[in-house]
Amino acid sequence: MTTTPAAADELLLPVPDEDGAPFWEYAARGELRVQACAACGRLRFPPRPCCPHCRSFDSEWRRMSGRGRIWSYVRPHPPLLPAYAAQAPYNVILVELADAPHIRLAGNLVTSADAPLDSVDPARLRIGARVHVVFTETGGMTVPRWMLEKS
Amino acid sequence: MAATLKDATAIVGIGQTAFAKQLPQSEKELACRAILAALADAGIEPSEVDAFASYTMEETDEVEVAKAIGAGDVTFFSKIGYGGGGSCATVGHLASAVATGQATVGVAWRSRKRGSGPRPWKNTAVQLPTPGQWTRPFGLLRPADEIGMLARRYMHEYGATRDHLFNVAMACRNRANENPAAMMYERPLTREMYMTSRMISDPLCLFDNCLETDGALACVIVSAERARDCRHKPVYVHSVAQGLPSQHHGMVNYWNDDPLSGPAWTAARHLWKQADFGPQDVDVAQIYDAFTPLIPLSLEGYGFCGRGEGAAFTEGGALERGGRLPINTGGGGLSEAYVHGFNLINEGVKQLRGISTAQVPDAATCLVTAGEGVPTSAILLRS
Ligand SMILES: [Zn+2]
Repeated sequence: MTTTPAAADELLLPVPDEDGAPFWEYAARGELRVQACAACGRLRFPPRPCCPHCRSFDSEWRRMSGRGRIWSYVRPHPPLLPAYAAQAPYNVILVELADAPHIRLAGNLVTSADAPLDSVDPARLRIGARVHVVFTETGGMTVPRWMLEKS
Repeated sequence: MAATLKDATAIVGIGQTAFAKQLPQSEKELACRAILAALADAGIEPSEVDAFASYTMEETDEVEVAKAIGAGDVTFFSKIGYGGGGSCATVGHLASAVATGQATVGVAWRSRKRGSGPRPWKNTAVQLPTPGQWTRPFGLLRPADEIGMLARRYMHEYGATRDHLFNVAMACRNRANENPAAMMYERPLTREMYMTSRMISDPLCLFDNCLETDGALACVIVSAERARDCRHKPVYVHSVAQGLPSQHHGMVNYWNDDPLSGPAWTAARHLWKQADFGPQDVDVAQIYDAFTPLIPLSLEGYGFCGRGEGAAFTEGGALERGGRLPINTGGGGLSEAYVHGFNLINEGVKQLRGISTAQVPDAATCLVTAGEGVPTSAILLRS
């Protein structure tokens, strides 16, 4: 269990573990990458030390197109941590990646990379909607967020 | 020769404290009170207890309990992980220990002060354990948010509606209204109350969530042979199973190929394989209900209906007393008490003893399940 100091008015920062650290390092460069097995090539998420298919410990990080679709979403209401309560009800979406639909990333749908978590009109939240990744920096960490594709 | 647990052991004592939003006693004291009540119910001396099982989330260790109640030498102890997923496994582990001669009198318990205790999401300094880095920063903070995500997808795929979730909440509330020990005794629920209540994590509203409860429960397990000499009619542990599906990931099973078929499916396959009867022969079920959507998912997982049919199964009063499958006859986690599902075990015993406040006539078989969504467990009880 990892603890992180977080001021009451700040969103929680990702606390990378050894396996997940590359994801956040690539994110800081504006790249969405997913761990892949260097032996058999299959993608896996969340990251882990070895491949569940061929048991190789060699991995690489493959760049994704950054496009996907909303698989599901929720709109949390208080009681919540103060920083989240301040923006509630906001959305949390689960995006299945266009390149690898079985890999689904949790995130937020926003109107621009730095917009608040409640910036998208809830009426526009729809399972199946096409989205693309953007990145925003918060508290020294870069995190992916998602915007609706113009249709 | 292959050993079998089938009917080799029985639950012979049950005990519980009061359930309330706030109780003055400590978790340790509540644990001891529930355990002593269960032993008294069984007519077994505390000094005879030689096995304990509880949850890894249990704050009171077996060392403390054994010392406090005056247990003898203890030869088996076990703790099961994954919160509410561990409830039925406590009984399963003790049944295994007793059936294989590692111990003779086992006590399982859960004591919890969640009504008056802290809520993790109110603690700003602590990030919950993995997979925190993939979910918490985005505001997927609470179990309600995590299960709400699955619920929305389930509703989308299968046409389930909030009315189906209401059917679940209503069945549990109606049973609690008949149970004087339930927190929601004499507090009826209406469809209007449900539909207009505040959202917690849309699509889940207030009444889709379990209660915050202070309280403790315990049960006593002995061999079938010993059970015949106990005070009450034995309730046999017919089949037990745990379930951790391939590629499962905690409460957020979103990375599995099929997130809507969770640990219940895995546990169910083993549970029924070991049993002399099937879902169609279950008289009454106690199905883990931390959140209403867990019921349709579990109905499918344990084989009471087909994939995607769990919501429709709740229609026409099927879950009510006198319905096709009465569930959570004490009120469940939604309306009796949320003590990580242990009340469901004791309610199963009450049904098979014939003493439930919402007794199913001639109930002889009962399924009890633990938390769906997390690595889980289940038991089949028979009289
Ligand atoms: Zn591989």
